[in-house]
Amino acid sequence: MLARVVAAAALMAALGGCATTANNPSDPLEPLNRTVFRFNDAVDEAVLKPVARGYRAAVPQMARTGVTNFFANLEDLWISANNLMQGKVESALGDFLRFTFNSSFGLLGVIDIASEMGLEKHNEDFGQTLGRWGVGSGPYLVLPFLGPSTVRDGSALVVDYKAGLLSYAVDDVAVRNSLYALKYVDTRANLFDATGLVEEAALDKYTFVRDSWLQRRRSLVYDGNPPREPADSDEPK
Amino acid sequence: MKRIFCTVALLAFASLAAAQDVTPDVLVKGITQDVLGVLKQKDGVDPKAIATIIETKVLPHFELTRMTQLAMGRNWRSASPEQQKLLTAEFMTLLVRTYSTALSTYRDQVIDVKPLRAAPNAIDVTVKSDVKRPGSQPIAIDYDLGKTPAGWKVYDVKVGGVSLVTTYRETFANEIRENGIDGLIKSLATKNRQSDARFGASKT
Repeated sequence: MLARVVAAAALMAALGGCATTANNPSDPLEPLNRTVFRFNDAVDEAVLKPVARGYRAAVPQMARTGVTNFFANLEDLWISANNLMQGKVESALGDFLRFTFNSSFGLLGVIDIASEMGLEKHNEDFGQTLGRWGVGSGPYLVLPFLGPSTVRDGSALVVDYKAGLLSYAVDDVAVRNSLYALKYVDTRANLFDATGLVEEAALDKYTFVRDSWLQRRRSLVYDGNPPREPADSDEPK
Repeated sequence: MKRIFCTVALLAFASLAAAQDVTPDVLVKGITQDVLGVLKQKDGVDPKAIATIIETKVLPHFELTRMTQLAMGRNWRSASPEQQKLLTAEFMTLLVRTYSTALSTYRDQVIDVKPLRAAPNAIDVTVKSDVKRPGSQPIAIDYDLGKTPAGWKVYDVKVGGVSLVTTYRETFANEIRENGIDGLIKSLATKNRQSDARFGASKT
């Protein structure tokens, strides 16, 4: 499902590439991206936001934290693998220990005991690993239903998806899809603060989301210490 | 001994001396605590009071003109002094909102300002702070500060690696390309008035 979405996006991107009028070098597909962005926004307003709001109203905070923790725990194994691929052995070990402790003592990850033990959670994915290996991000890409990405990170999502525990540890298709749906809703419910901030801050929502997303990803690739860009200086270009 | 003397001197002299001697990390810690202190009682406090406290406690530590200049890039020099003044005022209102909204997201969390490691004669430093959130990666809030005759001043704030200042560069450039500098001033003002309505606060 996800792979198909990404493939479709890549195809659309390739087609859209013919008609570029954009002026941002990192966003040559701007006209197409804006269309997908509007589409995502419409889906969000019509379906996702109401569902996430209902979820927040119906499920108590503690249970929601449990759900978030459960999915976060499943990801720690792949995060560990990514840290290892980036040569960060100590972090990889920490992630692995997190997964071990939380899966057992933390009741399948519902309780994040590892954080309380001082094992900090990390944010890694295959896109960041590729970035660390020197693969450039490629053009900015807004994926249908999934939102901001780049050609590199969007392609890496396929790997993340295949490597995700849910995709090979849960055999029953119905159960697996239900879990994906819950994860999606839970993720959206956790984004209310961020979307509120965008509403507060953005003059043009599309540009603001794009430019903060690209900065965020760059910062993540360098684990919070990106080298200064020429754009950081007072005189660009 | 020298430190005691410094402390005494600091107490003795007025705010100007204090501003010059406060180290960047102490300054950032103060700002963070001031803002969080206000936001924590947000439900009980008049929104106007929040805006006032941020304007009196936080803004004096921000180098407003430089921030606006950074967001404007090359277009800064083509703005008249009058336009520059208007731009700075409107952009600051927007930034204060964004910054306090960002911090209010984390108002129940612990914010840990890390001690600064910089050469004693440094004139440009980054103070890092971490928002600890149980169950997810800490969010980094980094403050870029420059040394000015009036002490250390913040000229950029990055939340999770995203600059609250340079993120606007592209938006501003687009707006200026389409509607000129006055167009940008106008759309900033419109935006701020919309937020005024939402915040329930107005500058009086």
